[in-house]
Amino acid sequence: MENVLEVKNLKISFQTFFGEVEAVRGITFSVGKKETLAIVGESGCGKSVTANGIMQLLPMPPAFFKGGEIFFNGENLLKKSEKQMQGIRGNKISMVFQDPMTSLNPTMKIGYQIVEGLMKHNKMSREEARNKSIEMLELVAVPQPEKRINQYPHEFSGGMRQRVMIALAMVCNPQLLIADEPTTALDVTVQAQILELMKGLKEKLGMSIIIITHDLGIVADVSDRVAVMYAGQIVEVGLTDEIFSSTKHPYTRKLLASVPRLDMNKNETLHSIDGTPPDLYVPPKGCSFYDRCTEAMKICKDNMPGFYEHSSTHQSRCWLNHPMAQKANSQEGRKGQ
Amino acid sequence: MTEPLISARNIKKYFDVKGGKLKAVDGISFDIYPQETFGLVGESGCGKSTAGRTIVRLYEPTEGELIFNGQNIYNLTPKEMQEVRRNFQMIFQDPYASLNPRMTVEDIVAEPLDIHQTYKNRAERSDRVIELLRLVGLNDEHAMRFPHEFSGGQRQRVGIARSLALNPKFIVCDEPISALDVSIQAQVVNLLKELQDELGLTYMFIAHDLSMVRYISDRVGVMYLGHMMELAESDELYSNPLHPYTKALLSAIPIPDPEIQKNRKRIMLEGDVPSPIDPKEGCRFVDRCHYAIGRCRQETPVFEEKSANHFAACHII
Repeated sequence: MENVLEVKNLKISFQTFFGEVEAVRGITFSVGKKETLAIVGESGCGKSVTANGIMQLLPMPPAFFKGGEIFFNGENLLKKSEKQMQGIRGNKISMVFQDPMTSLNPTMKIGYQIVEGLMKHNKMSREEARNKSIEMLELVAVPQPEKRINQYPHEFSGGMRQRVMIALAMVCNPQLLIADEPTTALDVTVQAQILELMKGLKEKLGMSIIIITHDLGIVADVSDRVAVMYAGQIVEVGLTDEIFSSTKHPYTRKLLASVPRLDMNKNETLHSIDGTPPDLYVPPKGCSFYDRCTEAMKICKDNMPGFYEHSSTHQSRCWLNHPMAQKANSQEGRKGQ
Repeated sequence: MTEPLISARNIKKYFDVKGGKLKAVDGISFDIYPQETFGLVGESGCGKSTAGRTIVRLYEPTEGELIFNGQNIYNLTPKEMQEVRRNFQMIFQDPYASLNPRMTVEDIVAEPLDIHQTYKNRAERSDRVIELLRLVGLNDEHAMRFPHEFSGGQRQRVGIARSLALNPKFIVCDEPISALDVSIQAQVVNLLKELQDELGLTYMFIAHDLSMVRYISDRVGVMYLGHMMELAESDELYSNPLHPYTKALLSAIPIPDPEIQKNRKRIMLEGDVPSPIDPKEGCRFVDRCHYAIGRCRQETPVFEEKSANHFAACHII
C-alpha cells in the first residue's frame, strides 16, 4: 500500500524553566491511502504533540524538533518554510480539534470561517466559495445550511459545532485528516453520529485519517490500524484485530483490562494499573513502563527494549518477546520476587 | 425487601433564567436501599448533577420530599439540617476545582471535623486525618502537602477521604472519575468498591459513562431532560432495556472489541437534546423517538412499574 504519511524517528521536546521535557521520544509510523490509524494513549503520552507536530502548529519556542523526519507524499515537511506549510495546512492535511467551542472563532459567522480556506487555497470567488460551503454543510448533515451559514458558533449545539469543524476541515478535500479527540467533549448519542459521519465521509471522499483518542471503544469502531503510545514512545502497533485479540505489550493488555465492558460479568474485578506514568523531564533509561509493569524483569530497568515483529504489520516494544525471556519467566529474575 | 435508606418523592428543581423557567429536574421519584449503589445516567444537561445536589440539599428543591430516617429533610431548619447532613456527603467531579489550593491536605480532610467539632484536641484531629488518608491509600506524609503536589487520581483520593471524615451513611459521587485517565479510573472505582464493603456505605453514582455505571451499580436510573425515563436492576436494564431512549443510548456506546463492534446494529438518534427551558407538555423524548405516536405529544407518560422492579415512562411499552 502506498503511504500518504511517513513519520520517521520523530523527536519533539519542550524547553521549559525546569529543563527539557521530552514529549515525543523517537516515534515511527506510517498512514496508508484510505486508511484510518488510531493513536491511543493516556493524557501526557505525547499523542496530541505528535499531531500538532505533523501540522507544525506547536509554539516554537518552547517546542522544538529534536530529530526525525515527517514525509508527506514523499516530501519532508520539516524542510518546508512557513509559507509552504500554509499551502499544505488546511488544504492537503487538515485537523479537527477536541473542543469545538474553543476552536471556532466566536466573533465570526461560521460561513466566513469555512469560506476563508476556500478563497485562500483554491482561489475561489466569494460566491463560488459560499456555494461550496453550503454543499459541505449539507454533506455533514447540518440542517438548513443556507440559514445556518450566517449564524455564529454560539448558536450551534456541541454536536453541530463539531460537524461545522469537520466541514471546515474537509472543504478543500484534504488527503489526510487528523482528528484529535474529536468526540471527547460530546455525549454518546452525538458521538455515535459524528463517528458514523466520519466513516461515511472517508468512504465517499477517499482520504486517510489519523484519529487520536483514549477511548478503546472508538478505536475498535473506526480504525484499521492502531498505535499505542506511552510516555512519548509507541509501544505497540498493529492491525486493530491484532491489537485487540493478540495483544503483545503488557501496557496494552492492562489498558484493555482496565475498562469495563458492557458485555462483561459484573463480578470480574477491574484491573487497575498502579502508579502513574514516568516524568518526562528525566525519561527512564530502560523501558518506560517498568515501574508499573507486573511482568517486568531485571533487564527492563536499564535497557530500552527494541521492536519485535510478530507479523508483518504487528510490532511491540517489550523484552518479554525476546527469545531468552521465556526462560527468564519460568526461572528467577522477575521484579519483586 | 429492606426499608429504603432514602426515598425521593417527586423532586423538582427549577432555575429562573432569562426567557422562562429552566426545569432541570422535573418530578423524579426513587428509593435507595442501604448499602447499594444507585447509578444515575444521562447525557449532559439532563439534570443528573442537579438531582444529586438537590438530594443532599446543596440546592433548595422547588418541590418534593426526601425521606431519610422517617423525616422529610426538606422541612428541617438549617440547624437541624446540619446534624442530619453528617450522613450525606458528596464527591465532586473535578478534583482540581473541589480542593482549596491554599489549604494543606490535613486541613482539607479535617474541615468537616472542624465544622462538627468531633475532636477534643489537635492530636485527635491529626490521628483521624491520618487514619482517613491510609484508608484511601495515601501516606501519612501527604497530610502536610498542598493539592497542587498531587496527580488527578491522588486528588480524587483526598476528596474521598474528606467525604468519609464524618462516617456518613450516604455519598453522592458526581462523575468522580470522568476527569481521570483510563488506567487511573479503575484505581478509584476499585477503591470506592472496597470502601463500600468495609464501611457499609450507600452510593449514588452519577456518570455519563454507561459501561462504568453498569459495572459499579446495583440499580440504575436513566434520566432525560429532567425526567426519569427508566429504572431497573443494572443487569436487567442493560440486557432488557424497555424505553426507546435507553435502547438508543446503549447502542451508542462503543465496545472495545472490533469483532462485536462490526456486527452491532446502532440505533441512530437524530438531532440533539432539546432546551430544558419551559419544555412542552408530553414525553420529553418525543422529537427524537422513532416510535412516537400522537399521544406522546399530548400527555406526559407516567413513570410506572412495567415488570417486576422495572420502571419506565413510555406510552408504547
